[in-house]
Amino acid sequence: MFKVKVIIKRRPSILDPQGKAVEKGAAHLGLTNIKNTRIGRFIEFTVDSADRKAAEKEVNEYCSKLLSNPIMEDYEFSLEEIK
Amino acid sequence: MNPKFGIVVFPGSNCDHDAYYALKKINNYDAEFLWHKDTDLKNSDVIILPGGFSYGDYLRTGAIARFSPIINSVIGFAEKGGIVMGVCNGFQILLEAGLLPGVMLNNISLKFVCKDVFLSVENYDTIFTNHIPSKKLLKIPVAHGEGNYFADEQTLSELERNKQILFRYVSSSGIADEASNPNGSVMNIAGLINKRGNVMGLMPHPERCCDSVLGNTDGNFIFKSIARNIIN
Repeated sequence: MFKVKVIIKRRPSILDPQGKAVEKGAAHLGLTNIKNTRIGRFIEFTVDSADRKAAEKEVNEYCSKLLSNPIMEDYEFSLEEIK
Repeated sequence: MNPKFGIVVFPGSNCDHDAYYALKKINNYDAEFLWHKDTDLKNSDVIILPGGFSYGDYLRTGAIARFSPIINSVIGFAEKGGIVMGVCNGFQILLEAGLLPGVMLNNISLKFVCKDVFLSVENYDTIFTNHIPSKKLLKIPVAHGEGNYFADEQTLSELERNKQILFRYVSSSGIADEASNPNGSVMNIAGLINKRGNVMGLMPHPERCCDSVLGNTDGNFIFKSIARNIIN
């Protein structure tokens, strides 16, 4: 069994109006050094696969077909073996 | 023959009854609801994916509905040339399912936009538009938070080359400018068809402006076009 942590990021070429809006809040806080705020998604779950390779295969399919949309997002993940 | 429209109902659909009303009560076409867990399209001539917030719009709009059992039947139907129309959330589902190219981003304003917009018809040579009077602008309401259409340069040039851009947001005088674009959509795109011309998605809601008692029946031009193409 593996614990999986997925980070999904909007591609750099795609505008992130949410990040821009949040950054305006930072400016209102007086945090004028904050730049390039981008908002993504963090997802965690477990996968009950026989080994790491099988787990990666399943996680890749989950990420590419459902959790992210490859037209606008990239994903990365980490696996941690748990008992 | 009377054309039959199948209206797919997802958990969270909320324009399914509006579509039914417009098709059945206003136009007297055959219409039937299709539950998303079924796979039988019940001999429909046209499949409507209605607006709403399928699966709460969690993850991305349309992303989960795209894996509902009925979508495989809809994809098979479309591949055989069947007519499919997605409105608003239905358009987003068509994009997620790969039946139309591109994605929807959040509106550039980050706000939910609900208002009448004007649409220009960019291609009259389709089953969805060929009975719309020439040069008529359609006034149809939008109601969405994620209608900011995006696709890469190559896809956009293909869409243009194949005349797949069906509707654009325009001013009341027909100009596709920034002020008339409610969501930041690239090239003011409001609606698309696939290359074959049998699958169409649009963000505005034609089913909400078909009844004359509401003072606007522009939406019905689209449904009448589809029906006449089936009858003929």
